[in-house]
Amino acid sequence: MIGELSSHVPEGPIEDRWTQHKFDMKLVAPNNRRKFEVIIVGTGLAGASAAATLGEQGYNVRVFTYHDSPRRAHSIAAQGGINAAKNYKSDGDSVFRLFYDTVKGGDFRSRESNVYRLAEESVNIIDQSVAQGVPFAREYGGLLDNRSFGGAQVSRTFYARGQTGQQLLLGAYQQMMHQVALGTVTLHTRTEMLDLVVKDGVACGIVVRDMVTGQVTSHSAHAVLLCTGGYGNVFFLSTNAKYSNATAAWRAHRRGALFANPCYTQIHPTCIPASDEFQSKLTLMSESLRNDGRIWVPADSDDKRSPDQIPEAERDYFLERKYPSFGNLVPRDVASRNAKTAVDQGKGVGPLKNGVYLDFGAAVDRVGEDTIRERYGNLFDMYERITDEDPYRVPMRIYPAVHYTMGGLWVDYNLMSNVPGLFVLGEANFSDHGANRLGASALMQGLADGYFVISYTLANYLAGLLGTAPVPTDDPAFAQAETSVGDTVARLLSINGTRSVDHFHRELGKIMWEHCGMARNQAGLEKALTEIPALREEFWKDVRVLGGASLNQSLEKATRVADFFELGELMVRDALHREESCGGHFREESQTEEGEALRDDEHFAYVGAWEWAGKGSEPVLHREHLDFDYVKLTQRSYK
Amino acid sequence: MTVTENDLGAPAPSAGGDAQPTMDIVLHVWRQAPGQEGRMVTYVDEAKDISPEMSFLEMLDIVNERLIAKGEEPIAFEHDCREGICGSCGMMINGQAHGPQKGTATCQLHMRKFSDGDEIYVEPWRARAFPVLRDLIVDRQAFDRIIEAGGYMTAPTGAAPDANLILVPKEVSDAAMDAAACIGCGACVAACPNSAAQLFTSAKLQHLNLLPQGQAERYTRTVHMVETMESFFGSCTNHGECEEACPKEISIDFIAYMNRDFVKAQIKNRKLAGQQ
Repeated sequence: MIGELSSHVPEGPIEDRWTQHKFDMKLVAPNNRRKFEVIIVGTGLAGASAAATLGEQGYNVRVFTYHDSPRRAHSIAAQGGINAAKNYKSDGDSVFRLFYDTVKGGDFRSRESNVYRLAEESVNIIDQSVAQGVPFAREYGGLLDNRSFGGAQVSRTFYARGQTGQQLLLGAYQQMMHQVALGTVTLHTRTEMLDLVVKDGVACGIVVRDMVTGQVTSHSAHAVLLCTGGYGNVFFLSTNAKYSNATAAWRAHRRGALFANPCYTQIHPTCIPASDEFQSKLTLMSESLRNDGRIWVPADSDDKRSPDQIPEAERDYFLERKYPSFGNLVPRDVASRNAKTAVDQGKGVGPLKNGVYLDFGAAVDRVGEDTIRERYGNLFDMYERITDEDPYRVPMRIYPAVHYTMGGLWVDYNLMSNVPGLFVLGEANFSDHGANRLGASALMQGLADGYFVISYTLANYLAGLLGTAPVPTDDPAFAQAETSVGDTVARLLSINGTRSVDHFHRELGKIMWEHCGMARNQAGLEKALTEIPALREEFWKDVRVLGGASLNQSLEKATRVADFFELGELMVRDALHREESCGGHFREESQTEEGEALRDDEHFAYVGAWEWAGKGSEPVLHREHLDFDYVKLTQRSYK
Repeated sequence: MTVTENDLGAPAPSAGGDAQPTMDIVLHVWRQAPGQEGRMVTYVDEAKDISPEMSFLEMLDIVNERLIAKGEEPIAFEHDCREGICGSCGMMINGQAHGPQKGTATCQLHMRKFSDGDEIYVEPWRARAFPVLRDLIVDRQAFDRIIEAGGYMTAPTGAAPDANLILVPKEVSDAAMDAAACIGCGACVAACPNSAAQLFTSAKLQHLNLLPQGQAERYTRTVHMVETMESFFGSCTNHGECEEACPKEISIDFIAYMNRDFVKAQIKNRKLAGQQ
């Protein structure tokens, strides 16, 4: 039974809370750290930085990744940059302003104390990364350069060309590999976590599958850290990497960890539209393009002319028309919803009428092609490689796509879930972005959690366990979990139905996108709640997974898709219960007269954390009330 | 394009009125089960009606869907981000690492670069240090061993000074970034007649050795990484195939800088040893 959710946020003024808490927490002395075993699942920014830091401090760390190398984690694909309140530009930035922007950008659905800590630690991340050799952009004098990003009026974004995520991940990966060489971190590649082991209500280890040999083994530890990323791939088509999945988090959920705000998904407005039914994933084009590109559709939905033949008067620059003061630079959720409206009205462009134009014609006329090339050359090249169209001559076609998930496993201020011993870091937890994440904040959160938060809060937990040994892996709790994993694998291999795993995944994605995508309403969500279980049942009867247990990519996909079905249903349930619009969650029933998102703070200013109640039973909702003592609740407006 | 499905659930393109012309290709793929000999297998029916808009990996997805429908095991190949940045994918396509398009990883290669009726040969990276695990998947852990040997700066969490205390001239930072762009895919090794890993190793080394923060460990790092590299991979004889194959177009100039640092290290490290 789960009692009232306590976030364990320290008392006192917000700017002192983390400092005071660091002093109040218990420590583990250096000579005692080697007595503790810690398991980390995932090697993205959060996992790699946590592994490196805990290894350096002297803990015995075991790291698991399903990739062939830790460096492949999807953090590597982040393009734009990382925010930090350094105020190197002296343009009015501060820890408080970064905190304020992030709470407001999240549409008042995040926990103030966590966000303040994130803003505080942001400055240390830049110092740490530079010391590792991350080649951030520089001024000619050798100082660091910054640029601006959406949702902020200051220049606080540090970047390494269009590959900031890659460079930050390589920094953390290399720092971790140093610890691997020193023996404090043991690395398990091509190894997938398929269950969490909980004994007497405490997390004590995991069950994994060696993806090469198929062997299922148990690993026990004093604490388990999940750093396993988000669940955008529920939608099949997203900007997430193909292997990104929710299985580790979902297995923890089924073992008792609460899943918070699952319906908060971020749909990024500038992605390349799908070209055909075989599209396997969607590609993001950086938000920065909206600085110079103008978004439009033909005013007449029957207009079949090529874009250069359509005169100005017959174009609808809908963002500039509806939001004169922000124009094409409205936040991500607003830009996305308006593009959807245009396409739904039949005004979509391209062979499938599934995009809107992002036109650089005016910018090229104004500043010249060379300047545009200098600013966006690599993005234009990537666009041309994928679409075979030259964006200097023909307007880009873009459409929103699933990009990031703000929801995740519920954690308290110490990043510990409601299951003692289970910690959750990075995108896998729910805590810092509320209902909408601002650009350049995901990298910041992953690294703050891994480098600067977990080593303190984990020590506080471990200190109480000094002198205890981890639960042995021959304990019945492990045996039971191993059997359950083995049974699932055997069952999937034995169904031998008629349809591939991808078929079911695509179908699930269509339901999710149709009813739980950019706009949601009661009827649609209720429909999804009948369609998903029906499809899931068909999956378990009719999926075809050929081959055996050793290196079998269909089998890997099948275990992940099986969990997506259950998570997808929970997302729909959460979206249905939240009868308000906030950030990335737009309920059509809750909008202003002008069609903007309308929050209901009186009834929904809380975190919705769901408890697994067993197969076939409705999950139980727990609420963590959110207080806003420092950032005043206001309706966002971009007119 | 609309899609119909046959009774086994495999999608097949319909002959819609406005459909783009599709192409039929003949695909020869290396198939190899763990612990067994591999062989080339030819697919004709499975590789028909391919849209030129598909990426190369989407073409393989379709072939796999059709294989599954026929009850045959799909072709195993590594892939993840499909945006050319994670370095997971990579295969020899008609004898070229990552195929015919310069500066392009396999996942960003599109079928419009091929023509109707083309025969395409697809093989895994071929190098002793990259053993085949299944079909087109190889084990590239040797790269991680090289990084482990010295591909880092010792900078424990929390010990760093303010970032702007370390001045890095823009030119130096840009050059370091050129090297740091390596995605660790292994195309350089696969393209090299000697299966040498000089381009990968030198890219990582020069990223770190160029920067002021990297000077303290510069020479020990160079020796450790080069020696580890040589324990897995062949030797460089300046063919330049690596640069040609690299999806990030990393310059072989970095190999020259690595060699320079390696020679210097022999003198430098001996001097330091003499001081002890």
